Amino acid sequence: MSGFAPESSRVAEMVRVSPRQTEYLRDEREPNRFLVHRKVFTDDEILARERAQVFSKCWIYVGHESEIPKSGDFVAREVAGRPVLFTRNSDGEIRVLLNSCSHRGAEVCRERRGNQRRFRCFYHSWSFSNNGDLITMPDEAGFPEGFRKEDHALSRPEAVDSYRGFVFATFNPEQEPLADYLADAKYYLDLTADQAPGEAGMIATAGTHEYSMRSNWKLLAENSSDGYHAIPVHKTYLDVQRSRGDDIAGSTEKDWKESHAFDLGNGHTVTVKQAPWGRPVARWVPSMGEHTKEIVAQNKRRLVDSYGDERADMIANLDFNMLIFPNLVINNIMAIIIRTFYPNAPGHMNVTAWSLAPGDETEEARRVRNESFLSFLGPAGLATPDDNEALESCQRGYEARPGEGWSDVSRGMDKAEPANWDELQMRTFWRHWDDLMGEKE
Amino acid sequence: MTFRYPEDQQVRSSHVERPVVEDFLYYEAQLLDAWKLEEWRDLFTPDGHYVVPSTDNPDGDLAMDLALIDDDEEGRRGRVQRLMSTYAHIENPRSRTRRAVSNVRLWDHESGDLGVRCTVVVYRSRVPGTTSYVADVHYRLRPDGDSFKIAFKHAMLDHHTLRDVGGVLSIIL
Repeated sequence: MSGFAPESSRVAEMVRVSPRQTEYLRDEREPNRFLVHRKVFTDDEILARERAQVFSKCWIYVGHESEIPKSGDFVAREVAGRPVLFTRNSDGEIRVLLNSCSHRGAEVCRERRGNQRRFRCFYHSWSFSNNGDLITMPDEAGFPEGFRKEDHALSRPEAVDSYRGFVFATFNPEQEPLADYLADAKYYLDLTADQAPGEAGMIATAGTHEYSMRSNWKLLAENSSDGYHAIPVHKTYLDVQRSRGDDIAGSTEKDWKESHAFDLGNGHTVTVKQAPWGRPVARWVPSMGEHTKEIVAQNKRRLVDSYGDERADMIANLDFNMLIFPNLVINNIMAIIIRTFYPNAPGHMNVTAWSLAPGDETEEARRVRNESFLSFLGPAGLATPDDNEALESCQRGYEARPGEGWSDVSRGMDKAEPANWDELQMRTFWRHWDDLMGEKE
Repeated sequence: MTFRYPEDQQVRSSHVERPVVEDFLYYEAQLLDAWKLEEWRDLFTPDGHYVVPSTDNPDGDLAMDLALIDDDEEGRRGRVQRLMSTYAHIENPRSRTRRAVSNVRLWDHESGDLGVRCTVVVYRSRVPGTTSYVADVHYRLRPDGDSFKIAFKHAMLDHHTLRDVGGVLSIIL
């Protein structure tokens, strides 16, 4: 397999990237070292600055188009800390509306999902279309001369756009177009979207994992593509898979084959490899059970028929963990997880995750996928809870000495071709974060 | 074929008395609270399922939707193998748990199994703190000697998310 390496990987990290010493980072040469100051995990002022400089500036993931297939469909959720309605107006166009009445601020919708033509605030009965326009309110004549309903629509982000079904919003009027912002991450979004060759496309399946961690959000940005932790933290998962007949060595170097870490631009990163687990899309391993072998083979044949051998092989076999800066993880591993997270406090984040699957998947194929997903992923899976524990444990360490100490993120920084279990992906995240945090408002 | 107890009427089993079922449910709770998880695993029939639906989708499609837990026999075996290991970091040291089981209702399920519904509250205590899970649990039980085997256990959490109950669900409900 080839063709997945971005331009940036042609030049070694230490040649490509200039050293820096800032309030938060030490990115040094001779000797090479990369340190992150631990106050970035505990400081309230740093979080306030992140809200302004990162979450209010970047493109932020809202949801998948498949969650709202029809006009009037809506999902209420938080995006970058703001309560929004992710909906389609009567013309079928996607809208992201602030779920807060333009009159006094109460929620205009208190259901989590549904289908509505109007959103009516229960406080004074102001009623809005699913385009966000103010339609009616009681005693309209009582408002003063010059009051215009068109001035009182629900607030919207500065821009909303989508790429291959993934919908993003930005609250920054000067943000570049989404396609430019995504940079080389688009290649991997294509690989993900192409898993469904049929017209049905990929869908975020029903059943959302909504959980939380008592740790700083940036620890999950690191952890989601940290190949170095997988063997020690997820030993129980690997042991269970091995006891079901999978060929797992329990060794970082043996189990991650052909692994790389890449800088995708704008703080986005990916690690690619062939991992030791199976993939419903189509790499069968014994732990999935003999009865699933033919289902997985059928999935593979569909890919070959649609894309030819080479691309089908790439879609089937390339495991990757991608971070789209700042807080969207798309891991295409034993299943596809979409995961996003947002800080409530320096030491607490909410996490929301979905499974992405072909929309025309059969019941049997979906069962293979769900079992594969839940074998590792989710807040009740065999692996994710231990990530929670690790991150919460780190956070307790930082909070024991607030404002003190540095974390080392230097692994593999002098390598020309760093691996999945090196830390180029984290350094790439941190450098971009530091760039944004250093900018003057 | 629903696994649910009807919400608007009282039904009962024609041939099983509630105390017998309560004894079995208390035994299951006793095993789980004592971390006798291999013994718990063996309470199930080989075709049994243990399901915890996602908190935003309690009435979801069991065949197609993503649950929090959807364990068949292999799934339960793996889950128990993991939890009994000292490498299940989030449960090392193990949580202390205490289950209260109540509001037990029975009916003759159309499958021939015994339908059971009960309310379960699980207190989970670790050094950093205590949380509690509240669940509406349905079973299908199959007679086995003078006791039962679990053919189906569906534990629906009342919580809208896992965020106010410690963040995750690392124990068996």
